[in-house]
Amino acid sequence: MLRIHCPWCGPRDESEFRYRGDASSERPGPGASPEEFARFTYERANPLGWHLEWWLHVGGCRQLLKVCRHTLTHEIAAVGRPGDALKVPG
Amino acid sequence: MSDGPVRVGPGLLTRTTPLRFRFDGREYQGLAGDTLASALLSSGVRLIGRSFKYHRPRGLVTAGPEEPCALVELLGPCGLEPNRPATTLEIHDGLQALSQNRWPSLAVDLRAINGLLAPFLVAGFYYKTFMWPRSAWERLYEPAIRRAAGLGRLVPKDLSHAPAETVHAHADVLVVGSGAAGLVAARRLGDAGLRVLLLEQDVTSGGGTLLDPAWSTWRESQQRGLSPSVKVLTRTAAVGAYGHGVYAAFETLGIEESAALGGLRERLHVIRARRLVLASGALERHVAFPDNDRPGVMLAGAALAYLRRYGVAAGRRPVFFVNSDLAYEAVDAYLAANIRCLVVDPRRESLAADRARERGAEVRAGSLVTGVAGTRAVRGVRVESGGRGHWVGADALFVSGGYSPAIALASEAGTSLRWQEDICAFIAELEPGTGRIAGAARGLFGMAAAAEDGARAADAVIAELGAVPGAPPDSVQPDIERSPLTPLWDVGQPGKAFVDLQNDVTTEDVRLSAREGFEHVEHMKRYTTHTMATDQGRIGGLLGTAVLAAARGVAVAQVGQVRPRPYLQSIPFAALAGAEVGEHFKPKRRLPLNDWHEAAGATFVATGLWLRPLVYSREAGWGAVLAEARAVRSTVGVTDVSTLGKIDVQGKDAARFLDLVYANRFDNLPVGRARYGIMLREDGMLFDDGTTSRLGPAHYLVTTTTANSSAVLEHLEFQRQTVARELDVLLTDVTDEWAQFAVAGPRAREVVAAVVEELPLAATEFPFMAAAEAVVAGTRGRVFRISFSGELAYELAVPAREAERAFTAILEAGKAHGIVPYGLDALNTLRIEKGHITGAELNGNTSADDLGFARMLKREGDFIGKHLAGRPGLVSPERLQLVGVRPLDRRLRLRNGAQLVAPAAPAKSLGYITSSTPSVELEGWVGLALLSAGRARKGETLLAASPIHGEETAVEITSPHHLDPENLRVRA
Repeated sequence: MLRIHCPWCGPRDESEFRYRGDASSERPGPGASPEEFARFTYERANPLGWHLEWWLHVGGCRQLLKVCRHTLTHEIAAVGRPGDALKVPG
Repeated sequence: MSDGPVRVGPGLLTRTTPLRFRFDGREYQGLAGDTLASALLSSGVRLIGRSFKYHRPRGLVTAGPEEPCALVELLGPCGLEPNRPATTLEIHDGLQALSQNRWPSLAVDLRAINGLLAPFLVAGFYYKTFMWPRSAWERLYEPAIRRAAGLGRLVPKDLSHAPAETVHAHADVLVVGSGAAGLVAARRLGDAGLRVLLLEQDVTSGGGTLLDPAWSTWRESQQRGLSPSVKVLTRTAAVGAYGHGVYAAFETLGIEESAALGGLRERLHVIRARRLVLASGALERHVAFPDNDRPGVMLAGAALAYLRRYGVAAGRRPVFFVNSDLAYEAVDAYLAANIRCLVVDPRRESLAADRARERGAEVRAGSLVTGVAGTRAVRGVRVESGGRGHWVGADALFVSGGYSPAIALASEAGTSLRWQEDICAFIAELEPGTGRIAGAARGLFGMAAAAEDGARAADAVIAELGAVPGAPPDSVQPDIERSPLTPLWDVGQPGKAFVDLQNDVTTEDVRLSAREGFEHVEHMKRYTTHTMATDQGRIGGLLGTAVLAAARGVAVAQVGQVRPRPYLQSIPFAALAGAEVGEHFKPKRRLPLNDWHEAAGATFVATGLWLRPLVYSREAGWGAVLAEARAVRSTVGVTDVSTLGKIDVQGKDAARFLDLVYANRFDNLPVGRARYGIMLREDGMLFDDGTTSRLGPAHYLVTTTTANSSAVLEHLEFQRQTVARELDVLLTDVTDEWAQFAVAGPRAREVVAAVVEELPLAATEFPFMAAAEAVVAGTRGRVFRISFSGELAYELAVPAREAERAFTAILEAGKAHGIVPYGLDALNTLRIEKGHITGAELNGNTSADDLGFARMLKREGDFIGKHLAGRPGLVSPERLQLVGVRPLDRRLRLRNGAQLVAPAAPAKSLGYITSSTPSVELEGWVGLALLSAGRARKGETLLAASPIHGEETAVEITSPHHLDPENLRVRA
């Protein structure tokens, strides 16, 4: 079970959060093509290794966290706010 | 000379009052502190169960939770439970256990015929044999195989109270195992001021030191010296590692504690710790030789435990078959009990053999055991030296093939394993920052080595956690010098030699697996079921690996070991469920007005977590429902809509935010007005609907469907904090803060006027879709002129605590008009007649166009879902579209889920009925349906087919708005 260090609440169990998917891509702007929106909506890299993802602290402060997690070891290298540019290791 | 096991002394048991228990109906006696295994053994019982596949007689192999064979059914207050290891069941007066997997009795098991069929019952037999014909599998093969297979029965009896609970524990360091290494580690960690949780699966702490009298004084001093910050949990096994310092442990309560806690038997501990010290010791391995499963064949360490701990000699003429000096500890113990010992050792020479000879044992060096005589008990052992074999008489055979560090908890967490040649076993290392492995669990055998290693592990953890170590550990007597072991796996004789005793997997099965191409150890596991039993192959896992390695002609290290899975011991489902059973399975959300609804005689229905009044009657059938609906259509009714999700949206950019998340516009909504809105997912499908009211220039109140309220809040928060993170807007869930009641019907205005102050209600002044704050029944509330029923309607909102006062005021005001409260069923009848959608239509597969909302999608500006909503697949005219249906024969009913088909092509579904109800407005039933190209089919006649009811009803396709399509009533 993941223990996520919420910047607002401290270390909390995974069960307090809702996974909200890949945080590595931003929603395209209003002028983007349907193809770009299709890529944003459907295409995922599924990496073995470090992954940026959204976790919403629904059972706590309701803040959205950007989390850098290793998909194999589950290690969490960094947790930040949505606008933060997290440093992805190696 | 007499034969068989016998009690020769008290061992470590202190109370000598006999306890009476029953096994297979027969009464036996044991002593307080005995396990079922030691007590049966002390009574001379060797045959305890039958094996899984061949129904071979089986006895005790181990003295701990790793036991593969001596599993029993336990008859207790909760019923009959299977697969409890006799080796861990503490006896008490009145305990009742049954042997399992035998028919008709343990001594005479007719299914032992499987043993004669053994040449055919090889690995993969079921897959290969019962393949054809396919239809016979479900009818014939599977039921028969299921009856014959499986271990034990589960017969629940009294489930009125939960026999288990879940508790949470936090610690700086979790120490697993309380042998020499764990004890020292816990003491040092505690002395450094750290909070320590020390787990011991046994009933008392001490681990291996319990079996070595020379270490009892040291052990007691360590136990006494533990700092108060060390919490010791005995009877508690670590059963899972879940990463990030989260572990699961399973505690079985002692009989006295259980009685004091009203029958609570088990605790599942969820432990969060900063570091782990894994001092779980090592597990002795079995050796593969023909008939290595006969009752009386036991691991040497188990024989030692029964003798030293419980005072029971597992045999009086034992043969030992061992490959390491460590195993001679058991020889010493039997010699000390004046029992003659014959030791068969494949090594040419060893220090321990020399010492044993001096004490009177006969040691056959350079020899192997190659067979066992006896079926239900060992009668003799075949010993082979220098190519020549002969039989010796014996009543027990104590085996040791070496020791494997008990690292299942570490490898479960994904740690990679490393082969260590000098102990012929894999060892593990924990990931950095996770903790340390210590003692025998790290391959360091011997008490002194373990104690020193425990201190080392503790010091490393103390340093990592920045604590200050206490005084240096007590010095210990050094371990005696030991000769190296020799690898001993499969003696390579023809005959049935088991590697997995619980699943009846033999060396030949493993070799067959390799021959048929299942060479990877994980493939071999699945092909043969090796290590797939409840014991997960604790004593034979590596043995199977070694046999596979030999078959492939590679080193054991190269083959590797199968990965253990949680839970590391079999634990009852009841322990996982804990208190979350029955009424406590999930929380209930009760309406603010719950007590009133109950008193009014409502039948409740669970929608999500909510309990909602379905109808104000306890009788089944449509009568009461339709009476309620009719009252709304003819005069006035009131219903509780407090479950609708309510999200308060405030901020200078509130309008811009709503325009982003809704498909229609809200920036141009005037203050004091409400508007119906639809929300899409980014993929263009409909997500939710509801009315949103503008209460101020920068203040909106969003209403969501009951079912989606939390999902919508999450969605909105997600969008607010990502796409809209530059906007000045905040969301607050006020669902529970407001109670809300819909007053609907032609007389609604008169009723509302009587309870609302400060608000002119004339249609010109407070028209359809008006919203305002007002005094409602004497309290600050809100009034919305919105309608789900299709009638003139108002929704009145008051703070939740005022719910009952407001509701009674409404009823009082409505008395003169014949007001009735109506439930969810009547609400449903009303909305189907009106053609309003709920979750049945808004089902995640429908688009805005499908449900007739295409014109609501705004042209200007971005919104979530806009870009993919126009995909050809989502606007195709062939898609399922919302329509109304009515049976042509008005006497016939409709069915939700009935498929709509053309009479000419009845095999092709064109759509299905989503909602249906008897109508109070029209004759007969009305329904809503999703129908391919539905809007173009208005006026057509189709068949509504419901094969499971044997019905085919001719229906006409209509507009979904069965009544008042011009909205005259709601605007009245």
